[in-house]
Amino acid sequence: MVTLKTQIIGTWTLLKKELLRFWRVAFQTVAAPVITGILYLLIFSHVLDSRLEVYEGVPYSAFLIPGLIMMSLLQNAFSNSSSSLIQAKVMGNIVFLLLTPLSYLQLFFAFLAASIARGIFVGACIYLIAIIYIDLPIEYPWFLLLFALLGGGLMGAFGIIAGVWCDRFDQMSAFGNFVNYALSMLSGVFYSIHSLPVAWQGVSQLNPFFYMIDGFRFGFFGKSDVSPYFSLGVVALFFIVLSFITIRMLKSGFKLRN
Amino acid sequence: MKPAIVYKNVKKNYRSVKAVNGISLSIPQGEFFGLLGPNGAGKSTMINMLGGLATPSSGKISVMGKDVQKEYQEARHLVGIVPQELVFDPFFNVREMLRFQAGYFGKGRENDKWVDEVIDRLDLRDKANTNMRALSGGMKRRALIAQALVHRPPVIVLDEPTAGVDVELRQKLWSFIKELNKEGHTIVLTTHYLEEAEALCNSVAMLRLGKIVALDTTRNLLKKFSTKNLMLRLNFMAKKSLPQSVKNFSYVESDGAFIFQLKKITDIAEITEALKKSKIEIIDMQTVDTDLENVFLKLTGAK
Repeated sequence: MVTLKTQIIGTWTLLKKELLRFWRVAFQTVAAPVITGILYLLIFSHVLDSRLEVYEGVPYSAFLIPGLIMMSLLQNAFSNSSSSLIQAKVMGNIVFLLLTPLSYLQLFFAFLAASIARGIFVGACIYLIAIIYIDLPIEYPWFLLLFALLGGGLMGAFGIIAGVWCDRFDQMSAFGNFVNYALSMLSGVFYSIHSLPVAWQGVSQLNPFFYMIDGFRFGFFGKSDVSPYFSLGVVALFFIVLSFITIRMLKSGFKLRN
Repeated sequence: MKPAIVYKNVKKNYRSVKAVNGISLSIPQGEFFGLLGPNGAGKSTMINMLGGLATPSSGKISVMGKDVQKEYQEARHLVGIVPQELVFDPFFNVREMLRFQAGYFGKGRENDKWVDEVIDRLDLRDKANTNMRALSGGMKRRALIAQALVHRPPVIVLDEPTAGVDVELRQKLWSFIKELNKEGHTIVLTTHYLEEAEALCNSVAMLRLGKIVALDTTRNLLKKFSTKNLMLRLNFMAKKSLPQSVKNFSYVESDGAFIFQLKKITDIAEITEALKKSKIEIIDMQTVDTDLENVFLKLTGAK
């Protein structure tokens, strides 16, 4: 009755539904973050392009793009899983999922994959628009891909945790504003941490968003503030820890099955 | 043949509240079973535990022999639950929702024909491509029932399915559910409409404060608690001059009428004869049978 085939169909169905869910409101879930990213790019590059050069031979506008892409990717990956779960909980239609034979691992993979897909899609849109007027090399495409997948996965898992834990929309917006937004703004999207005082450089290195953005930027320019391998290790470690917590939460039925 | 559903000494505590307090129950396959009780009796908690929406504090529950916790995937394939609240996913239309729901159970494209059949049988064809948000309450209720059926479960549980539903739709839903029962599905129903339970259910469990206070076939339950009553409307001065032989019967006065509880059918002749002798005129006379509602009120202490 429960076979590998039924489990694959079940997981694929949930993934498809999650993808369709954000695609149905693409104006809000894709167009809005892409426009926000492009606006950041236009304003900061206009103001700082002629005054600032973070990496030698790299114009500021080009330096900015990887950070903006990664920031949007992370925020949208988080939004996908978290908003889906909180809406389903508040509306009550989460029961349709909980009554099914989908296991905690199936739920985890489907929500995670949909989050990564939305994050990468939004990031790719920003990239494609940006390269129309800014020259942007790609030195290490595999690094780009790895950081995009791990970063999207990390934030997708974090979104599941937030979606399961929160009972109200205001709790969820606290996650978005006080955790994600603050950490991404202080992660080096707009600057290199070498431009900060030493103490703040140390603080920045406690921020996981910094490693995701710095490693992702390395994929474009082959230059970074810290070793890309160290960044990869930190991001992978955070991904594993958050995935472990997420799976434990889903398995126990915490705030879902009681 | 394994029972459709078994509860073995099941308890569910929410902190100090004992929502379900040691329930044991076995529902045979093919049964049309009613779960009755006042609000807070534990009916929904029992259903939630069956579907994995809540975890029992102790005890075991199985569906067709499959433990709902240890073999939860197999168990959930075997049961379709219609939730009490009118919940829906606002992003999709009826057909999409039903296909997704079937997909979660591992049903692929080959199941689309059945999805269409469910849509037809529940009169949802005109609304199949309508967003769930745009449906009326009655239509949403049909869509909820359809969602519980898309994976063809042998056991169907309906938690207050006709709450807030108009008479016409209620009749349609019941004839559809009766058909499913005839086709071999086990039906478990909770309802506040006791006349429905009486008309539909072969067996009934009555709950109060998380415990079963009666569990039997509907017929036996009615027989066990049956009392025939005689309702009489008498002339104006009757109350003061009721003869002692009539007063010896257990009776209550309600809305200007006397309701006598009969032990045997010949009591009617005895009462009317005594009244006639006392020259008390009978204006109206009626016998009243016990219904499930009386049994329910008696057993659950509800008012």
